[in-house]
Amino acid sequence: MSVAPRTPPAKRDWSWRSQAFRGLLYQIIAVVIIGGVAWWLATNTAENMRVRGIKSGFDFLTQPAGFDIGESLSKFDSNDPYWKAFLIGVSNTLRVAILGIILTTILGTLIGVGRFSRNGLVRGLCQAYVELFRNVPVLLQLLMWYLLFTEFLPDVTEAKRIGDIYLSKGGITFPKPIWETGHLFGVAGLLAGCVVAWFYRRWARSKFEATGQVRSMFWVPVAIVFALGVLGWLVGGAPSQFAVPAKGEFAVEGGGALTPEFMAVLLGLTLYTAAFVAEVVRSGISSVARGQSEAAQALGLSKGQEMQQVLLPQALRVIIPPMTNQFLNLTKNSSLAVAIGYPDVVSISNTALNQTGRAVECIALIMLVYLTTSLLTSFFMNWYNAKSAIKER
Amino acid sequence: MNEATDNIIVFDKVNKWYGNNFHVLRDINLNVRRGERIVVCGPSGSGKSTLIRCINRLEEHQEGHLIVDGTELTDDVKAIDKIRKEVGMVFQQFNLFPHLTVLENLTLSPMYVGKMPKKEAEEKAMTQLKRVRIAEQAGKYPLQLSGGQQQRVAIARALCLTPKIMLFDEPTSALDPEMIKEVLDVMVEMANQGITMICVTHEMGFAKAVADRVIFMDQGQIVEQNTPHEFFNNPQTDRSKDFLSKILGH
Ligand SMILES: Nc1ncnc2c1ncn2[C@@H]1O[C@H](COP(=O)(O)OP(=O)(O)OP(=O)(O)O)[C@@H](O)[C@H]1O
Ligand SMILES: [Mg+2]
Repeated sequence: MSVAPRTPPAKRDWSWRSQAFRGLLYQIIAVVIIGGVAWWLATNTAENMRVRGIKSGFDFLTQPAGFDIGESLSKFDSNDPYWKAFLIGVSNTLRVAILGIILTTILGTLIGVGRFSRNGLVRGLCQAYVELFRNVPVLLQLLMWYLLFTEFLPDVTEAKRIGDIYLSKGGITFPKPIWETGHLFGVAGLLAGCVVAWFYRRWARSKFEATGQVRSMFWVPVAIVFALGVLGWLVGGAPSQFAVPAKGEFAVEGGGALTPEFMAVLLGLTLYTAAFVAEVVRSGISSVARGQSEAAQALGLSKGQEMQQVLLPQALRVIIPPMTNQFLNLTKNSSLAVAIGYPDVVSISNTALNQTGRAVECIALIMLVYLTTSLLTSFFMNWYNAKSAIKER
Repeated sequence: MNEATDNIIVFDKVNKWYGNNFHVLRDINLNVRRGERIVVCGPSGSGKSTLIRCINRLEEHQEGHLIVDGTELTDDVKAIDKIRKEVGMVFQQFNLFPHLTVLENLTLSPMYVGKMPKKEAEEKAMTQLKRVRIAEQAGKYPLQLSGGQQQRVAIARALCLTPKIMLFDEPTSALDPEMIKEVLDVMVEMANQGITMICVTHEMGFAKAVADRVIFMDQGQIVEQNTPHEFFNNPQTDRSKDFLSKILGH
């Protein structure tokens, strides 16, 4: 049978009633309406502010802030300008959000998979966790952790000492390695380890395909990274100076520290969101048709192979969109940190707003920050989602 | 050869319940000879699927003994793994893995369970795909195929482990009439190559063409068993007469 190849005919001309034309028309109308509303809001606000003599503009950003920030990654004092304060707020927000997202994904996935355990106790505990943490308002949970840290830990002057770690109302203080150039070798070693581990995984994969021999795809690469990191550190002269905290008269001094505010926010958001992530993972896995699991078993796959090769890849496409929501929720909920005095971007903008009276500008900045992070998260997750989509006709 | 080794599957007084009070298999006694081709039929809900799913332990029985190729099926994980390598299964709903291509569907188990090199697994997969006359679809995803093609891929997938026993659970009842034929053709070909087959189906033409024995089940019991010729022309019990008049009646 041979049929002469044919290409599809060219699309017919547009008409008033064609779908394509209608679609375009509605889009234009929508853009015009939205643009009009935005313009009206902007001019109206500007006019009102002018009439009432409210100063506007972002010039205040370069003026000295005049307040201290309790917690920051880089040094900040009250003579530094507002824009720097904002940046520190943003970095504090991102620090909590990124760490929180990583931790909540791990914890939530474990609990979600745990709901399918053959062990009744594990199933029960996972369910109890979900019910407990998702049904208590997150603000309350943050306050509770903060209260626990600040009420029940000893005063700073009587900090509890475990080895070189101090525990007190001031948070956890721990020994911190003092940075030396020798550490650079360690870092270089870690990076080299990552590259080698990547090649190892490729080699292991091709070995598996060539001989059917399964090699560790996780622990061996981890060991490689670790070993090369240590090697680099040794080559760099094994710098092992630590800044060890010591109890001063009024405070524990030196070393690294985690404040109770930071820990309360991180812990509260992670535990709360993990309950939702667990539900997302659970529903994702149970959305995969029962027959898939039976087919995998009939083919002799082990429980682990069934999860890895058959259930999770299919569950993923159901999991990712609601997972994105949870990541965004966590990021946005971090603004509740203001309630316990963690200097996130909302808290700092709030102070700035009170001092300068530039309400519109400060709110706009907060919105810009959340919008940017949220959109970036969404873009990344959409890309990942498209990658793991299933091909149908 | 003595009887024990000649029987590849032995059901000895097997009983099974769903929950505490639904007795789905009652005192099943059944010996399947090596290379025998058996068709199981009976009214809906009579326990046909449950019966064959016990053979590769997708369901577990609670009483009696079930011995497959010399290994008794118990809680023992090793035994279950061994049996599942020797028993292929084809489902009514195909149950292909939609996130893998046709070829990957076929190589998954040989590579991960059979520890076979990828190349070898792929060659073997292509042989099976040719056997079910669908080699040109190897790179497609299952949902891009028609029902009949999907079921043929499912048969090829089950064959990739070189099973000694093939189980079919109503392999054609989700298909349109024209596709039924293409699937049955493949099954008839398989039957002629000497593999042990147990097939739940109401395709009487298929039963007549290939089955050595027809087993009729009702309410969890094997009510009657006979050669296809005898069973269809001369049913012994009221229940099988009633059943046959229903499926042949229109
Ligand atoms: N997991 C289960 N839990 C409880 N009851 C079940 C379960 N699976 C099947 N049953 C019941 O057991 C009985 C036998 O089911 P089975 O699927 O073996 O019947 P069948 O003969 O294959 O029927 P059909 O021809 O409709 O496929 C039915 O009444 C069914 O409702
Ligand atoms: Mg059935």
